[in-house]
Amino acid sequence: MKAPDFDYVRVRSLDEALAALAAHGEGARILAGGQSLVPALNLRLLAPEILVDIGGIADLSGIALADGTIRIGAMTRHADLERSPEIARHVPLLARAVREIGHPAIRNRGTIGGSLAHADPASELPACVLALEARIVARGPSGERTIAASDFFRGLYETALGPDEILVRIEIPAAAAGERFAFHELARRHGDYAMAGIAALARDTGAATLRIAYFGIGSRPMLAAGAAAALRDHGASEAGAAAAVRALGADLEPQSDLQASAALRMHLAGVLLRRALKDLFPDAAGGREEEIA
Amino acid sequence: MTTEITIELDINGRSETLTLDPRVTLLDALREHLGLTGTKKGCDQGQCGACTVHVDGARVLSCLTLAAQAAGRPVTTIEGLSAPGGELHPVQAAFLEHDAFQCGYCTPGQIMSAVACIREGHAGSDEEIREYMAGNLCRCGAYPHIVAAVRQAAEMAS
Repeated sequence: MKAPDFDYVRVRSLDEALAALAAHGEGARILAGGQSLVPALNLRLLAPEILVDIGGIADLSGIALADGTIRIGAMTRHADLERSPEIARHVPLLARAVREIGHPAIRNRGTIGGSLAHADPASELPACVLALEARIVARGPSGERTIAASDFFRGLYETALGPDEILVRIEIPAAAAGERFAFHELARRHGDYAMAGIAALARDTGAATLRIAYFGIGSRPMLAAGAAAALRDHGASEAGAAAAVRALGADLEPQSDLQASAALRMHLAGVLLRRALKDLFPDAAGGREEEIA
Repeated sequence: MTTEITIELDINGRSETLTLDPRVTLLDALREHLGLTGTKKGCDQGQCGACTVHVDGARVLSCLTLAAQAAGRPVTTIEGLSAPGGELHPVQAAFLEHDAFQCGYCTPGQIMSAVACIREGHAGSDEEIREYMAGNLCRCGAYPHIVAAVRQAAEMAS
């Protein structure tokens, strides 16, 4: 065994889970699918006193559409998202992105709530929920509260969740007619963590509602607001695309690691933006992909 | 100090009661506590697929699953795929026929993944097989034979 000592409790209800969190405070960690947590424990990056396994809470899973909103339970597995006709129809960006998460065996265990709460900056889903303007619902001792995705990711593995709160579901506006998305990531091998990735969404056919989110670039998933503004101002023309790529310099805070330097990541961010624009605005000149030197 | 837990595991249709440190993974429970060494430990961090087993009929990595998480759920390992002394599972037979291994270390994981891949309906073409078997590494490089074996087993199953 490589993990540091921990105790384990399998809870049957949210109330039981909240009670366990209240009793152990910062010493408790929620165990959902475990596909990030178990390796992190084995590498001794984390040393919780107790794991609170929420895998037995049946009503934390499921996908439902009501009033133009898709509600996804926190324990919904990536494989369920991948196979869901509702997700394919109403949140096609998510359907596309989950196929890039690890491999099928990982997707059979990993959960959307776990991925968001873990907040690995290289993960696909955090960037997707930013682009989708999702609302993240957490339950704590005083009830539920809703957190905008843009307020949720605070830093490296850091979120707005308190130590006494559990992420219970994600709410996403269902795709409108004419909505377009783009999703790309660059990894040395398929299935590896991305060196850089982009999730972009336009709620209509123009650039007015464009949201561009990046993952794998900095310490958290980030919206490229300046690039989106440049495209709103100039349209998806060549000039607009060039201005948007330039704006990325102020939008992003790329980091260097063993996989890629900050300069390479910034270059890749521009390449990914060009590729995304080609998907979003196939008829516009700005979608022309730049030659990669 | 860690408190041991007692769990009941359903392994290949047999009920096993184990008292374990909660840190024990399903992989270590199978190999170290139950003597089922067919499931292999490769990387122990979810990158190689050698430890693939089925839980609730779906392929999972037993190195990234705590034994406690599998309590009460049906687990199938390579030992449970066909009856001892009985006929091989069609995927096992196809691996033999196509010589889909060299050292054989990754083979149990490959076979468990292939059985699930076919059941999921992801073995329709060589390209699809490569994509949906990509989580199982073979350091000997037997991939062309593995793809051929999976394709044949998928054709027989359909």
